[in-house]
Amino acid sequence: MSDVVSRLDVLKTYKLYVGGKFPRSESGRVYEVTDAKGEWLANAPLGTRKDARDAVVAARAAVKGWSGTTAYNRGQVLYRVAEMLQGRREQFAAEVALSEGVGAKKAAALVDAAIDRWVWYAGWTDKVAQIAGGANPVAGPFFNLSTPEPTGVVGIVAPQAGYGHSLLGLVSVIAPAVATGNTVVVAAAADAPLPALSLGEVLATSDVPGGVVNILSGRTADIAPTLASHQDVNALDLTGAIAADGPGAAGGLEALAADTLKRVIRPEPDPFAQDWTNAPGTDRLLSFLETKTVWHPMGI
Amino acid sequence: MAKNTKKTEAPAAAPQAPAEPAGKPAGGLFGYAPAPESPAAAGDIASSYGHFIGGQFVDSSGSEALKTVNPATEQVLAEFARGTAEDVDRAVAAARAAFTDWSALPGSERAKYLFRIARIIQERSRELAVLESIDNGKPIRETRDVDLPLVAAHFFYYAGWADKLDFAGYGPNPKPLGVAGQVIPWNFPLLMLAWKIAPALATGNTVVLKPAETTPLTALRFAEICRQAGLPKGVVNIVTGDGSTGAALTAHPDVNKVAFTGSTPVGRAIAKQVAGTRKKLSLELGGKAANIVFDDAPIDQAVEGIVNGIFFNQGHVCCAGSRLLVQESVQDELLDALKRRMGTLRVGDPLDKNTDIGAINSAEQLARITALTDAGEAEGAERWSPACELPGTGFWFRPTLFTGVSQAHRIAQEEIFGPVLSVLTFRTPDEAVAKANNTPYGLSAGIWTEKGSRILWTASRLRAGVVWANTFNKFDPTSPFGGYKESGYGREGGRHGLEAYLDV
Repeated sequence: MSDVVSRLDVLKTYKLYVGGKFPRSESGRVYEVTDAKGEWLANAPLGTRKDARDAVVAARAAVKGWSGTTAYNRGQVLYRVAEMLQGRREQFAAEVALSEGVGAKKAAALVDAAIDRWVWYAGWTDKVAQIAGGANPVAGPFFNLSTPEPTGVVGIVAPQAGYGHSLLGLVSVIAPAVATGNTVVVAAAADAPLPALSLGEVLATSDVPGGVVNILSGRTADIAPTLASHQDVNALDLTGAIAADGPGAAGGLEALAADTLKRVIRPEPDPFAQDWTNAPGTDRLLSFLETKTVWHPMGI
Repeated sequence: MAKNTKKTEAPAAAPQAPAEPAGKPAGGLFGYAPAPESPAAAGDIASSYGHFIGGQFVDSSGSEALKTVNPATEQVLAEFARGTAEDVDRAVAAARAAFTDWSALPGSERAKYLFRIARIIQERSRELAVLESIDNGKPIRETRDVDLPLVAAHFFYYAGWADKLDFAGYGPNPKPLGVAGQVIPWNFPLLMLAWKIAPALATGNTVVLKPAETTPLTALRFAEICRQAGLPKGVVNIVTGDGSTGAALTAHPDVNKVAFTGSTPVGRAIAKQVAGTRKKLSLELGGKAANIVFDDAPIDQAVEGIVNGIFFNQGHVCCAGSRLLVQESVQDELLDALKRRMGTLRVGDPLDKNTDIGAINSAEQLARITALTDAGEAEGAERWSPACELPGTGFWFRPTLFTGVSQAHRIAQEEIFGPVLSVLTFRTPDEAVAKANNTPYGLSAGIWTEKGSRILWTASRLRAGVVWANTFNKFDPTSPFGGYKESGYGREGGRHGLEAYLDV
C-alpha cells in the first residue's frame, strides 16, 4: 500500500499555556509523547525551570483580578469552560483514549465526567464561603465573622496515575483551586500531556483571564522542584508527585516547600489505585483557602 | 475572654491623665499604692519535677535538670527534667496505649471529662493565675482576667464538640488521628496548652505535650488537674525539656499529628522534618502585625488599642500590633496622645494588681529585644521611652516607641516579641495596605477608622488571619485563630480548630 494519501491531516503543534498565551518552551526543546503501546503521537514542549518561573509570574499577576471577581462571576466562567469542553468532546475523547489506553466508550465517559466536574465546581464558587465560614458567637459585645479567602498561587503536580488521570484527574485538581479564587501553575502528567495542553485551548476561549491557569508539559523532576521552592508560590498540590525518589519525589518536594511554609497536599498512599471518577467531595475545594476572622465592637 | 480583656484595655488611667513616671506607686490624681497578690496563692512549688507519663509523675531516664526562674526576681523556682528521647518514647507509648480506649469512648463521655477539667480550672484559677505570673513574669491582672478565663472557656467550648463531631462539616463519624505531639511556647503557657489539648481530646486523640523550657510549671500543675478529673491514664502526657526534647517529640515515628506554636524558623524546621511522612501538621508561628490608623479614627480609642496591641503581655504576643501605620495627617496628634498614655503605664512587679507591664520572660529574650532595638537606633530610627524606673533585679524593658522607621529597617521586618512599637506613616489607603502586607508574615492586623466601608475594604485586602477593627488582641474559643503566609497554617479555635485533629 502506498504512503500517499489523497488529503494529508493537519497535525497540531502542541504548546504550553502561560499567561493566556501559547508559547513554545524557552528551551526550544520537545519530547516525544507516545500512546499506551509506545507509538508516537506528538511532540510536546519540554518545559524548563525558566518556563515554570515565567508561569509563576503570570499566575501571580492574575491573582488580584481573579480573586477580586465576584463568586457569581467565577461560577459563570467555570461553567463556560464546561460549555467549551462539551463542544470539543470528540477531540478530547480521542486524546484520552490514546493517552490512557482505554477504549473509545470509556474515554468518552471520562470526558463527560470531566465536563460535569467543571459544572460541579462552577456551582461551588458562591457557596463555599457559606460552608467554610460564618459568624462566631464570641463572649463579648463583638461582631465576629470568619471568611475563607484564596491562598494565592498554587503549584500543581497533576495526577500521573489512576483511572482517568489525564483529563478528569487534571480537571479535578485545577477546578477546585481556581473555583475558590486561586491561580495555578500546573505540571501536566509527563507521559500523558496532550489532554492537558489541549485543555489550555479550551480555557483560552472560556473567559478565563490569562494567567489564572498555566499549563506546562515536561519532566516533573525539572518543573516540580521550581514550583516547590519558589518564593511566590503559596501552596503545592503534590498529587502527581509519585516518583519513589529523585527530584520529583513527594518527600523532597514537601521539604523544599517547607522553606516558605507552603500549604501542601500530599499524594495518595497508592496513587495507582485512585479512581478519578469517584465523587470529589469538598476536600480539595477547602484545601487552598485561608480563614480570615474579622472582629468589630458592637455598641452605640 | 473579650469581656474580661476590656478591663485590660482600659485601665483606670484616662488617656488625658498627666504624664507621670511609670512604676511609681503613689502620687497624683491617678496614683496607686501597691496591691500585691500573695505568692503563696500559687500553692506548693516542688523543688524538682519529673514528667507526667501514663498518669504518674515519673523521673526522667536522664539525669539532666533544667531550672525555671521567676523573671521578676531571677530566683530559681524549681528544677525540672530535661526530657530525653527515651522519655519521649515512653510518653508516646503511654499515649498510644491509651488511644484505643479513649478514641472508642462515646463522645458524650469524653465531653464530660473535658467539662470536668474546665470546671476544676475555674475552681483553681486564682492558684493557676498566680503560678503563671510567677513563672512567666506577666502581670497578675492579665493572667487573672485574660489567660485563665480563656483557658477554662477553651476546655468548655471543645467539651461540647466531643459528641457533636458528626455535625462539624467533616462528614459522618470523623476519626481522630491518633497520638498528637504538641510543642508550645512560653508567652501564654497555660492558654497555649488549652488551645492544643482541648481540641485534641475532644476529637478522640491522646497527647504528649512539651511545655516551653522557661515556663513548665502550669503544665505540670495541669497534670494534677487531669488526675483530679479522673482522666484515664496516658490520655495526657507532659514531657518537660528544651528544644532537643521538642525535636525528639515531633520526630517520633509513632506520632500521627504534630502541632507547634512558636517561631517561624523552628516551624520551618518542623515542616521539613515531617515532610515525606503521613503526619498531619499545624503551625502557629510569628507575626509582624500592622495596626493601621486612618485620619478619621477616634484617637483616644485608637491609642488604647495601640497600647493593648503592643504592650499587652510585654509584647510577647505573636499577633502583637508591632507596626503602627498612621495616616500622615494625624501622625502628630496620635503620637502625642500615645506618648502621654505610655507615660502612665506601670512597669514592675507582676504580682501587683496595678502593674501594666511585667517582666520580660528570660534573660535570653531580653537580650534579643535589646539587640533589635539597638539595631533600630543604628539604622537611624528615633527611639523614645517614657521616664520609667525599673526594678533592680529581674528582666525588664521600658515600653519603647520608634519613629522615622522605614520598611527596610530590621525593627519593621523582624519579630521583636517585646514592648517595642515601630511607627510608619502612609498617605492613601492603598499605601497602607501595601505596607501592611509587606512582610512574609500574615497573622493579624488592626484597622482604626469610623467609616464602615473603609473597614471592610481594608480588611478584605489585608493578608492576615485575624483582623481587629476598632479593637485589638481579642481572643475567644469560638473564633478561629491562625496565619496566612509564613505565620503558619491551620486554625485553632472554633469549628475550624477541629480539622487539625481529625483524619479529614
